[in-house]
Amino acid sequence: MKSKEKDTQRKSMTWKRFKRFIPLYLMALPGFIYVFINNYMPLPGLVLAFKNFNVKKGIYGSDWAGLKNFEYLFKTQDAYIITRNTIAYNVTFIIVNTIAAIAVAIILAELSGRLKKLYQSAILLPFLISAVIVSYLVFAFLSTENGFINNTILEPLGLENISWYTEKKYWPFILVFVNTWKTVGYSCIIYLATIIGFDRGYYEASIIDGASKWQQITKITIPMLKPTIVMLTLLAIGRIFYSDFGLFYQVPQNSGPLFPVTNTIDTYVYRGLLELGNVTMSAAAGLYQSFVGFVLVLSANLLVRKVDPDSALF
Amino acid sequence: MKYREDRIYQTIGHIVMIIMTLFAVIPIVLLFISSITDNDTLIRNGYSFFPEKLSLFAYEYVLKTGNAVPRAYMISFLLTICGTSISLVITTMLAYTLSKKKLPGRNIITFLIFFTMLFNGGLVPTYMNYTMVFNLKNTFAGLLIPMLLMNGFNVLLMKSYFVTGVPEEILEAAVIDGASEFKSFIHIALPLAKPIVATIGLFTAINYWNDWMNGYVYLTRRTDLYSIQNLLNRMIQNIQFLTQNSSNISDANVGLASIPSVSVRMAMAVLGILPIIIVYPFVQNNFVKGITLGGVKG
Repeated sequence: MKSKEKDTQRKSMTWKRFKRFIPLYLMALPGFIYVFINNYMPLPGLVLAFKNFNVKKGIYGSDWAGLKNFEYLFKTQDAYIITRNTIAYNVTFIIVNTIAAIAVAIILAELSGRLKKLYQSAILLPFLISAVIVSYLVFAFLSTENGFINNTILEPLGLENISWYTEKKYWPFILVFVNTWKTVGYSCIIYLATIIGFDRGYYEASIIDGASKWQQITKITIPMLKPTIVMLTLLAIGRIFYSDFGLFYQVPQNSGPLFPVTNTIDTYVYRGLLELGNVTMSAAAGLYQSFVGFVLVLSANLLVRKVDPDSALF
Repeated sequence: MKYREDRIYQTIGHIVMIIMTLFAVIPIVLLFISSITDNDTLIRNGYSFFPEKLSLFAYEYVLKTGNAVPRAYMISFLLTICGTSISLVITTMLAYTLSKKKLPGRNIITFLIFFTMLFNGGLVPTYMNYTMVFNLKNTFAGLLIPMLLMNGFNVLLMKSYFVTGVPEEILEAAVIDGASEFKSFIHIALPLAKPIVATIGLFTAINYWNDWMNGYVYLTRRTDLYSIQNLLNRMIQNIQFLTQNSSNISDANVGLASIPSVSVRMAMAVLGILPIIIVYPFVQNNFVKGITLGGVKG
């Protein structure tokens, strides 16, 4: 009798305890529903990569195709080109961006005066501009008929006009330039914050020992930045299979002759789905990206955790 | 000696930074100048920093009523305001709940949120889900909901802010005093979390203002729902779009020839960046702080 009473008491205790949390669950509900709709509900749709998609039969009703879609995808030149472009651009971006960001951060940290703030604001501004408007800005410089470069630079020099949007050899440089232009202000912020956090004692001691500014930079600042560099680079490598869709789609203005150097996995998936109606190829390439991307993020994080557990995502 | 060396470094530093600043700003200046350049001059001489003839005609044309531009502008504002507020409400409430250490099921929910940062289905399944299950194609919700409304990263960032920045004792004391969970969230936790709410709100607002992808993917017929970014995007593909969308027939009849195509496009692009440039000086500090906060983990 007594134990039964206790039992009901305990039950009502857990219920009471649980009841206390109901308002919290309700508060979490809208966000949770959104995550479910936006991130989990689409996942079963990944099977599309293994199907012969038939609009009438729907995703799940369509016939199975096994690995045929992948076989077909990897037989084409496309798979090679988009993988190569995605990885090669990302590697270049990581290298150029890291060097530029560290250089700017070191310079900004050394500078004194009010202008410092202005510089930082100015170089961060491009980061806030949408890809569409960036493509307008680029077009103002590169337009064949009346672009700034053709009209104001090449013509007066007696050089021939360049048809920028059909000549693919220039685009690797243009894209790297635009990407650096857009992101250097952003990526230098973390390095700058790290440098400002360094113990000034090291620098003072080195001055007493007669170190020059250059020596301070190469012997103190850069070595001390190393953990940050390693970590940010690893995190960037984890994202190496994803590309900035706006940069590769908008800035070259979806120009066909440039595809060999501007087509990345993201643009390929987009075009397959919405321009070429090649849904299954698109789904196969998408799953390929999601899967390899997942493996890379996991491995990068395992490495980050070894270097600096606090910075790891998990 | 040291003094001289320092001065050399300062000079070089300033020179490098001035060049960087010019690089960052010059394209925007060129955009602005070409938007106030007379269209014929622009076509004849090309884009130039010192045009022969200035004209405000592009702005007059763009801001004229019955035109697609003011409408798209309103949609962009509406989208940014709705998106940011809904996003902040659902993000903060979810993050607050996850910050409760005693919450049963907390780890599972946190993992489900976290997992979205590691793996996502990508464009194809997302598109299929939103078009076939939810019919978001050609609706305002198509601009608002897919991908942008909330992301796992912001939720976890805010959660850790609640955990470290809002002392549990205060919240528990409030509950003992009879405040409901919701009340203590609104009156105690939220005011303390203001900085992170402002930062995440800022990033979300910029994402919404700048987004063109959702409109591009989900608005296939309803071009009247285009945001300014979509309109700009469409314009660069097709200058004639503006004529087709002018409600005023005589406007369209005047014909393509009289449309100040280049300068109008530039004026529209200027209008597209304008809100960001206006707000930027006021929010810049918050923005930099946000990047430092999230960047290490981003």
